[in-house]
Amino acid sequence: MADRITLQVARYRPEEESAVRFQEYEVPCPKEWVVLDGLNYVKDRLDGTLSYRWSCRMGICGSCGMTVNGEPKLTCATFLTDYAPGPVRVEPLQNFPVIRDLIVEIGDFMRKLATVKPWIIRKEHEEKPLSEGEYRQTPEQLEEYKQYSMCINCMLCYAACPIYGLDPKFIGPAAIALAQRYNLDGRDQGAPERLQILSEHEGIWGCTFVGECTKVCPKHVDPAGAIQRYKLDASVEWLKSFFMPRGA
Amino acid sequence: MSDRPLYTEYHPRWIRTRMSTYWWLQRRSYLAFILRELSSIFVGWFVVFLLLLIVALNQGESRYQEFLAWSGKPAVLALNIVSFFFIMYHAITWFNLAPKAMVMRVAGTRVPGFLIAGSNYLAWAMASALVGWLLLGE
Repeated sequence: MADRITLQVARYRPEEESAVRFQEYEVPCPKEWVVLDGLNYVKDRLDGTLSYRWSCRMGICGSCGMTVNGEPKLTCATFLTDYAPGPVRVEPLQNFPVIRDLIVEIGDFMRKLATVKPWIIRKEHEEKPLSEGEYRQTPEQLEEYKQYSMCINCMLCYAACPIYGLDPKFIGPAAIALAQRYNLDGRDQGAPERLQILSEHEGIWGCTFVGECTKVCPKHVDPAGAIQRYKLDASVEWLKSFFMPRGA
Repeated sequence: MSDRPLYTEYHPRWIRTRMSTYWWLQRRSYLAFILRELSSIFVGWFVVFLLLLIVALNQGESRYQEFLAWSGKPAVLALNIVSFFFIMYHAITWFNLAPKAMVMRVAGTRVPGFLIAGSNYLAWAMASALVGWLLLGE
């Protein structure tokens, strides 16, 4: 196996150039090295001007998402040897504006995330006092939403979603999966509030079930499944309100 | 959310790449998805064809024979053969996707996806058998 591999890295420096260009770097390729190690090698040894985001390098922080050979990937979990003999093309996440090199602007996602109220909501006057202790859950209740709580906001699902690429108003896979994470939490009472936001056209109904979000998710959250379940719930709610307008 | 101005939203220095019109050719899964969307047209056509058949049947023997002659024309036959394959594709992908939307629990444990999809296929096979028996069983 070759002990070195070529990285073709997308470069965009707004103060110097007006378009993306590719720069090649040759980096070592030991079997334990991931793409992020290659980028760190470039930054430390070859070219300090390269900009990219990373933090934990262990699939927890969700910062290092990039496009590797056309696929959205966490670069800390993508091994260089899997692409041998190379080259490996590293680009910023698709469907997001590029600020510089491999760094994308994530404000849109952050704003959308907040709109689905991803926190536990209790009805007014139904919050029990602290002295009564915590809200306990059974393992079954935890299991109900645990999968969706694994999301690390890495935005790979947004990069893979053609709907988001075509219609940036679409609220997107991760935000809906996180809404579902709280809807399915036994301690939460905020499902009707979230449904109002998500039953709009740019919410769940914007999704046409391409399914790529689920395929690229590094944490097996299955956002596509979450959205389809949500559609089913929303339809049932609509039927209920249609046939029983005064409530069951 | 605060009322801070979103002063960076249309920052002129950002690069925004437009999605290609041919994005659906860039990945196999995108193409599979677009074909699935396209299959809806053929599903619609089969519904129209069935309605035309019922209308012809309702208008008596001669109109029914005319309809049969028309549907035997090569162009109509070709359209129906293509439609048949698209409908098969639509049905199979639909059943395979069913477990994504349906989460069922029996005695606390989640029913595995293949059983949900399998029950859909079983219902399909039974409905087909019933139709087959009605048509050929006499």
